[in-house]
Amino acid sequence: MQKRQVLRFLILKQLNNHKMEAGVPLDYFLILAAIMFFIGVYGFLTRRNLITILMSLELILNSVNINFVAFNKYLYPHKLEGFFFSLFVIAVAASEAAVAIAIIINIYRRFTTINVEDVNEMKY
Amino acid sequence: MTANQIMFFLFSAVIIGCSILTVTSRRILRAATYLLFVLVSSAGLYFMLNYQFLAAVQLTLYAGGIVVLIIFSILLTSQISQKFEPVGWGKSLFSAIASIAGAFVTIISILDFKFSASTEAAKEINMHLVGNSLLSVGKDGYALPFEVITILLLAAMIGAIVIAKKAGPKVPHSQTIKQS
Repeated sequence: MQKRQVLRFLILKQLNNHKMEAGVPLDYFLILAAIMFFIGVYGFLTRRNLITILMSLELILNSVNINFVAFNKYLYPHKLEGFFFSLFVIAVAASEAAVAIAIIINIYRRFTTINVEDVNEMKY
Repeated sequence: MTANQIMFFLFSAVIIGCSILTVTSRRILRAATYLLFVLVSSAGLYFMLNYQFLAAVQLTLYAGGIVVLIIFSILLTSQISQKFEPVGWGKSLFSAIASIAGAFVTIISILDFKFSASTEAAKEINMHLVGNSLLSVGKDGYALPFEVITILLLAAMIGAIVIAKKAGPKVPHSQTIKQS
């Protein structure tokens, strides 16, 4: 009696897992991440303000994170590689933003602008 | 349509719409706010996939940390009321062509490849497992990347302090501006 209940529970769980994977296929996540990545690339190419370029960069990193998480969930659900990789990507993005903003503030002090086209001297 | 699909399409609509606004908005503070919406909806996607810890990290670190840092630096460096000049049509046209072509090629190759979803039972992620994996050196252990990331964070912290520190008396402030 108990065995049957356990079996039914396991089958239901499996069904739920399948339903979730059948509801939203992996391709949807990958397409969403690809669109977001190329929107970030567009912003990176057209923007002139350093801070908005940094924001486009954050968009690109975030789309890569979505890819990692979706791959981990759908293709290797018994492992944790994508999960930890996206954690490390978030940490790298945080340190990158901190250093980039320090550099931007320093540039603003020297040139009183953060427009990339006006900051064209390497040495003062 | 299942509830999952509805949630997914809602989140992806917010993500795509707000990312486009992030890269095209002409007021910088609004662009930062749209970026915040994008990051919060990606945290919603992680919640949907049952990665609660990652979603919490995304909310606190990305939405709470990086966006606030960006807004602070906007307040320090820009005029809030100032609008950007519109991007020249040639530049915007060529960038749009490049990114649409890239997205097209990527999506075609994604649809071409047949991913076979794994049938193994999903591992339940709790804090115990995350902590043990981060500090373990055996199989499924991530001690080395963890140590590397700690050194990176320390280096970034020291670098940010050294770079953003005011220059000493050797380089007078007014003189450098006059030269530049």
